[in-house]
Amino acid sequence: MSTLNIDGNEITVEDGLTVLQACEIAGAEVPRFCYHDRLSIAGNCRMCLVEMEKSPKPIASCAMPVANGMVIYTNSASVKKAREGVMEFLLINHPLDCPICDQGGECDLQDQAMAFGRDRNRYIENKRAVKDKDLGPLVKTIMTRCIHCTRCIRFATEVAGVDELGATGRGEEMEVGTYVERALTSELSGNIIDLCPVGALTSKPYSFTARSWELRKTQTIDVMDAVGSNIRVDARGREIMRVLPRLNEEINEEWISDKTRFACDGLQRGRLDRPYVRKDGKLVAVSWAEAFETIANRIRSLDGARIAAIAGDLVDAEAMVALKDLMGALGSQHIDCRQDGAKLDPKVRASYLFNSGIAGIEDSDALLLIGTNPRWEAPLVNARIRKRWLVGNYLIGLVGERRDLTYQTDHLGAGPESLRDILNDGAFSDALKKAQRPMLIVGQGALARPDGAAILDMARELAEKYGFITDDWNGFNVLHTAAARVGGLDLGFVPGPNGQDVNGILAGVESGSIEVVYLMGADELDMKRLQKAFVIYQGHHGDAGAAGADVVLPGAAYTEKAGTYVNTEGRVQRALRAAFPPGEAREDWAIIRALSERLRHQLPYDTLEQVRERLVAVAASFGEPDVLPVLPWKTFGMAGETTAQPFVTPITDFYLTNAVSRASETMNQCSASYGANGQPGTGTDG
Amino acid sequence: MIVQKTAPPDQQPSAFAFSSENQEKAKAIIARYPDGRQASAIMPLFDLAQRQHDGWLPTAAMDYIANMLGVPRMRAYEVATFYSMYNLAPIGKYLVRVCTTTPCELRGSNEVVAACREALGIDFNQTTSDGMFTFREVECLGACVNAPVVWIGDDYYEDVDADAMRKIVADLRAGTTPLPGSQKGRQTSAPINGLTTLKEQSV
Repeated sequence: MSTLNIDGNEITVEDGLTVLQACEIAGAEVPRFCYHDRLSIAGNCRMCLVEMEKSPKPIASCAMPVANGMVIYTNSASVKKAREGVMEFLLINHPLDCPICDQGGECDLQDQAMAFGRDRNRYIENKRAVKDKDLGPLVKTIMTRCIHCTRCIRFATEVAGVDELGATGRGEEMEVGTYVERALTSELSGNIIDLCPVGALTSKPYSFTARSWELRKTQTIDVMDAVGSNIRVDARGREIMRVLPRLNEEINEEWISDKTRFACDGLQRGRLDRPYVRKDGKLVAVSWAEAFETIANRIRSLDGARIAAIAGDLVDAEAMVALKDLMGALGSQHIDCRQDGAKLDPKVRASYLFNSGIAGIEDSDALLLIGTNPRWEAPLVNARIRKRWLVGNYLIGLVGERRDLTYQTDHLGAGPESLRDILNDGAFSDALKKAQRPMLIVGQGALARPDGAAILDMARELAEKYGFITDDWNGFNVLHTAAARVGGLDLGFVPGPNGQDVNGILAGVESGSIEVVYLMGADELDMKRLQKAFVIYQGHHGDAGAAGADVVLPGAAYTEKAGTYVNTEGRVQRALRAAFPPGEAREDWAIIRALSERLRHQLPYDTLEQVRERLVAVAASFGEPDVLPVLPWKTFGMAGETTAQPFVTPITDFYLTNAVSRASETMNQCSASYGANGQPGTGTDG
Repeated sequence: MIVQKTAPPDQQPSAFAFSSENQEKAKAIIARYPDGRQASAIMPLFDLAQRQHDGWLPTAAMDYIANMLGVPRMRAYEVATFYSMYNLAPIGKYLVRVCTTTPCELRGSNEVVAACREALGIDFNQTTSDGMFTFREVECLGACVNAPVVWIGDDYYEDVDADAMRKIVADLRAGTTPLPGSQKGRQTSAPINGLTTLKEQSV
């Protein structure tokens, strides 16, 4: 511990902190551009100069470690002069184009020039101009505005793990860019827009569309993957203008993936804004009453065993519990939320959760990836793994597809037999035995297959055999790809005792034993197999599900309703409404509630509060939002035969994984520019 | 100040590889550095590549060397563009670099520059149409005792004046290599008017 005197106040801080951090703790504001908590220290902008007693010159506080007895002044005359000088230098080559700059209003340089700069400039020569760089369809560059803080370079190198940005040339000729023109091949590239303290890197899709002060900001939850990133949705009127990350140390830190950030333009396109009913082979717009009447006529006299329901990837828990209750009232046991066919069983909660927690990755000391490509399935989990890997002493084994994950992995094999080999003291088992806190991550690529249950059981056996489960550590993790999945499993949105799962439902439709299928936002199914059934599609986008439906009920997307989502860790999070759904679309649980009345099985809740009470009644975990569950370990699973088929990640194109992203123009551009299968360049493709 | 512009894509070769002789040299250079510090060999390897490739360093060579050393390509680009002695675009057979920093300027580098302009018919950062000469203004070359200094190829020409500059260019054009070092005939940087000390035989 060191004791410093900052502006006359004594403060004791931990060793290893910098003077700037100590100043922050002491409550003294120090302006900065290049310094960022989560990046390495560069010390090149000089904005954080402070005065230190016995030092002849002001010091860069971001790069100076604290020492006992330091006396620091952050508001003396010499500090003021130093800041004014630095600001004057920074503004020499910075264009005064704030009125046409997208960063205007939320620009660090603008704010700090107002707070710490002078109102005059002595520079009368020509300013320099720099050619703009092409960084792909997401990041727009106006490089003349760059002040060379190198935050973007450090982010790309350290956090994203792609060494593609750098500073070429030197002195006045220094330019930040990629040197050879190429798009950034990272799923996290959008974060450099937030990091840029000036308007050099701005959002391409958002450019010139809105000013920050016209936007209505809503703090909510993302559903593009199962991470449940905390986001802020900025809307103007009914339109979602952009999505920004929100700080949550335990989940996404302060980053979000490009899909989370840029898929929001899909919310304006391809929306279902009124009910439709298929008449003579064509979907015709009708009133809610007529749509409900059509459904009621078809279902009323039908045996419940001939009705089935499937919940999709983006559905909130409220809608699922309402649908589950309705199906129960109708007497159907054919309900399933695992539209990918994952062999997960809701009996033991720890068997389908990411038990270590995303932040827990940093505490682990060995990792085994099974049939997962976290770079696509959950870019922020991947970033955490990379963060842990950078610390060192971290062995990562991979069973599955060999991919560039931005860290080194031992490729141990492609399929279940390699997993069996590890279980039988084969390769990598030594590393797991030695580890104090080993963890494994099972992806949906290993579970959504006929032998998935046997593979899950092998993973459990492995976890128990090699000490993954101790009193204070649970290293057994399932990585989900769908935001709705854990919520569905928690609610028990799975087949009843005599019910059929997704494959059974599809087979039942083909054999004629199931006549009506209720799709709740389920688009990732083989719709051809549903042709014989009467399909009710409730959702927000005119995607695969709506195209094959007989009745379409327009629902609300994730930014348009107060919904509850459970992320892959089992953390219950509440999303809020940022804008109203378009046209006649309604919140999903309310649609089911209204329909139930028509079907003469009225559900016993009229308000959101009552639905949430019902949620808690079904699964107590819904009563504890924002908490990482700590669960008892119970035996689960059943051994079985496995095939030799290699594990394949369920995601074939990172940018197009759900109805919202498929409707998004930006995501389609990304998909086009990063290759047909979405695999970003590996660095050897020039 | 030297502003290097990277050659446009149509001038860039699609691939680069060391000749077998240079590959041996590259191995020897890399072996100079301790294990895990091979990246340090990047600068001598760039120089080797530049010498093999008509005096300039194409992007393909940077990629090749980055792969060889296991360095991200971007880091190689940063090194190559930082140092002015790596030429990023094709240059003439002889790269004539005239120092115009203060000591040389005081000793008459302006006349040398004028003579060079006249003899070559080009200005700074240009190449003669026959591809023989590229003319560049540089900062201090560290040989101020023998100012003005002109640097051509691997040789320094010192004590250069306008006449000497013209002769050097004429010789190079004729295919002969003028004698490097002082153009006024003094031994290294000894006093130009003969010895001023240590004259006694007995010493």
